[in-house]
Formats: sequence, C-alpha cells, structure tokens
Amino acid sequence: MKLSHAIFEKNSLVLLIGILIVVSIGGLVEIAPLFFLGSTIEKVQGMRPYAPLELVGRNIYIREGCYNCHSQMIRSLRDEVERYGHYSLAAESMYDHPFQWGSKRTGPDLARVGGKYSDAWHVDHLKHPREVVPGSVMPGYPFLAERKLDASAIAADMKALRLVGVPYTDEMIENAVADLNGQVSPDSKAGKAVLARYPKAQVRKFDGKADEAATEMDALIAYLQMLGTLVDFTTFDAAGPNLR
Amino acid sequence: MSGHKEIDAVTGAETTGHVWDGDLKELNKPLPRWWLYVLYASIVWSIGYWVLYPTWPLVSTYTHGMLGYSQRIEVARDIAAGKESQAKFVAAIAAKPIADIEKDPDLMEFVLRGGAAQFSNNCAPCHGRGAQGFKGYPNLNDDDWLWGGTVETIERTLRYGVRSGHPDTHDSAMPRFGVDQVLTSAQISDAADFVRSLSGAKADPAAIERGKGIFAEQCAACHGADAKGNQEMGAPNLADAIWLYGGEKSDVVETIRTGRAGIGVMPAWEGKLDPVTIKMLTIYVHSLGGGK
Repeated sequence: MKLSHAIFEKNSLVLLIGILIVVSIGGLVEIAPLFFLGSTIEKVQGMRPYAPLELVGRNIYIREGCYNCHSQMIRSLRDEVERYGHYSLAAESMYDHPFQWGSKRTGPDLARVGGKYSDAWHVDHLKHPREVVPGSVMPGYPFLAERKLDASAIAADMKALRLVGVPYTDEMIENAVADLNGQVSPDSKAGKAVLARYPKAQVRKFDGKADEAATEMDALIAYLQMLGTLVDFTTFDAAGPNLR
Repeated sequence: MSGHKEIDAVTGAETTGHVWDGDLKELNKPLPRWWLYVLYASIVWSIGYWVLYPTWPLVSTYTHGMLGYSQRIEVARDIAAGKESQAKFVAAIAAKPIADIEKDPDLMEFVLRGGAAQFSNNCAPCHGRGAQGFKGYPNLNDDDWLWGGTVETIERTLRYGVRSGHPDTHDSAMPRFGVDQVLTSAQISDAADFVRSLSGAKADPAAIERGKGIFAEQCAACHGADAKGNQEMGAPNLADAIWLYGGEKSDVVETIRTGRAGIGVMPAWEGKLDPVTIKMLTIYVHSLGGGK
C-alpha cells in the first residue's frame, strides 16, 4: 500500500501516535538541549540556596500573589539595566521552584530590590503603601506584622526542594528551625550560625520590633532585602560560555 | 484520494475523493498559489537565520551563527553608546568641584535633569516624588537638616547613608527615655510640653518650666542648650516647628519614650550608584531649596 494520509485518517490510534511524535520533536529540539548546553546556567560566584527565613518569606510572597504585579527579571535592555541594575542571570533563579520571572509589571521589577530601601520603609510600605507612595495601587498587608511565623513546615519544605535539585545539606535541614529564628537574633550564636551556613545572609530583626517573636513581616522583608544581592558581579564575566 | 480526479457536477470543481454517508462529498479547494509560495519563501528565509544567528542546539553547545549576535553584547553596546553620548558631561562633572559645576548653566541643565531622574528611581520611595518627605522620612526642600545641608555633608550622607551598616555611615541613637525607664511618664509629658513650646505650642506654664529643667539635664547634651540641634550627631533642631515624627503632643511623647532611633535608616549608595551619579544627586538635593 502506498504511503498516504488515509492511514492516519482511518485509524485514530495511528493518528494519536503520529501527533505525539510530531509534538515531541518540538520539545526535543527546544527543551531537551537546555539540560545539556553548557551555557544554560551561567557559572557565577555567590549563589546559595535560600536561608530558612528567606524561604518562608518567599512562600509568603507567593501566597500573597506578589508575582501578579511584580516581575523578578531585569531584561537585557539598556533602560532596564539603567533603572534596575545588571540584567538578571539564569543562575540567579536556579534555586527558585517555581521561578518568579513574570511578564506583567503593575509594580516595579523586584529582582534587585535588596538593599535599595530600609527595613522601616518596607514595613511602612507593606502596611500602608499610599502613606509613602501616594500614587501606588498596591494593596496594604498590615496583617503580616501581626501574624507569628509558622515554621512547622520549613524542614519538609527544604527536603522537597532538595528533591528537585536545590543543594540543601542534611545539616541545613536539621538546623532549619534554629536558623530561621537565628536570622532575627543578631549577635547571638544562632545568628552567627546562619551566616556561616548561608553567606551574605542578613541577620537582624527586620520589622523593627527587636524584643518580639518573628512575624511574617520579618520573613517577607528578609526575602525582599536579599533579592539580587547574592551574585558577585565583580567576578562575573559576560563573555565566553556566559555570553548569550 | 489520489489517482482519479472526480469532478463535482454542480460546481465543476474537483472533489477530495472522500465520501461520507454514501454520497456526501468534499470539494477540493486548495490554498491560493501565492499564499503557498509565501510559505515556501519563508522556509527558505529561515535557512538564512540558521546561518547568521544562534539557532541549532548541539550536544553541549549550539551554533552561534556568522553574525556573532548576542543579546548581552547588544545591551553592552547600547549602554556604551549611552555613556559615550553623555561622556562630555560626565567627565566634566567628575573633574570639577561642585561649586564650579553650579556656575556652569549647561552642565547644571544636565545635572539637574539627570539628578531628577535618579531621584525618582532611588530616593522618591522614601522622600517622596517632590522630596517633601513623609512621617519618619525627612523633607529635603526645607532648610532643616539632620546631618547637614552643605554639598559636602549631603554628599557624605548619600555615600554612606544613615545607620546603614557601612563603616563610615552616620550613626547615632537617641536614648529610649521611657522604655528604659530613664524618665517617668510625667517627666516625659513635661519635657514634651517644653519642647513643643519652643515652636509656639501652648501648655501649662508650670509643666513647661519643669520640662525645661529635664531638657537641660537629659536632652541638651545632644540637642544643644538652645535646642537648635547638632548636625554632628544628627540631633534635630527642636525649635523650628519642623517635626520628623510629628509635632502633636502624642507624637513627641512617643519619640521621647522610644527614641525612634535605629528606625531611621538610609541606605549607603556608594557601590550601588557610581560617584558621578552621587555627585549629581548631591547637587540636585542641594538645589531643592534648603541647600546651605
């Protein structure tokens, strides 16, 4: 029998297999090579997994839907670089599951917001955005300052992330709760341990209430204040395998 | 389908040869030729892309294309072109002392416009788009300065911030007179009455008199005997009716009670912004109205 599309049209199973083969060619050509190409994720200095407090803050960021209005992806365009800083690298979101790149900006990009504003500003702004930015359309999140941090799932969370490739060590997972509380206790032994395990971590009470327990406000600000601060751009070379 | 050509009797058009329900046939209406040729042409065109641009994935690398195109080279080139177009001004700003820059109208045009753009990106979230400030964030338009309003002191504050953690940062902390039980609630109330009276607020004269004694003992060391402040320590002038944390009695009591210090943090911009940008912001802020 001559090869004819009548074979596909008359046998639904053959048609199904044919569709699967054609569609998978697209996946094989466009997705599969990213796992083998040496330049998919840049080689950089300074990236580390999120410290437990930052990770909880990230979960709050996702829970509250911040990604609906804020991207975390500085594109390689001059105006973006001049406003937000160095364009984002793939390496900077390699421990993000899921990544927060986004494609819609109602508010500004947050990929390098870390260190740009003071903690107190973040507290004021998250509680009542229009008190400091009159034209803002962002909703207020005053309840974050009241809610005590729920740390019960943090170790399980880190284990799950390890399954998808984030290099958390057994030691990090064992000390998850201690590190989480340590990051809001500057000058303590636990605080120093956080810094040893997570270089460049910022250890302080982020919501300004030094004598009280950690709140969701602490966690979210800890996350915001570290965004985009890890990679050492003095040693980053955009040439060679890092060139796109 | 192929082989025989069947012509539909009614329309005179060829059929596809498919038959449903015994007699239902489909006319063969192929795409117009010109459309088909456009499709073929675009396939041929795509081969040009394969040759010129990065396209095909190989095992651990990919074809880079003959043009050597790269988004990262492109943006580096755009930024360099932008820098090049501003180089004349930037070099002049870097080389000249601020006093000379302020005398040069062409250069000032560039400095003030660039400074305004940098201000809205970096400073406006705290100090406001018009630099009017908010409660806890100083107004930069008036002539009341915490750490000094000369170009030198403004530049220093911009560079190293306030309580920013930078080794050269401005740092000071007002004692927590209430929280640490240095003063009783009644004493704090009297001191607040006295401080507010310096800006014309009315209160019980006896309380003001008692507050005056407390002020001389507890507050004058930093804020000065005349309460005009001390910019070396970032101690505000308390006699000018300008209030960082509000001038109501309850605001002033809260300030004395908790000190508010450690709250007021300004980031250090050195390292985040280049020296010329910091210089431009210095001149911009100095020009806002209160510059000394």
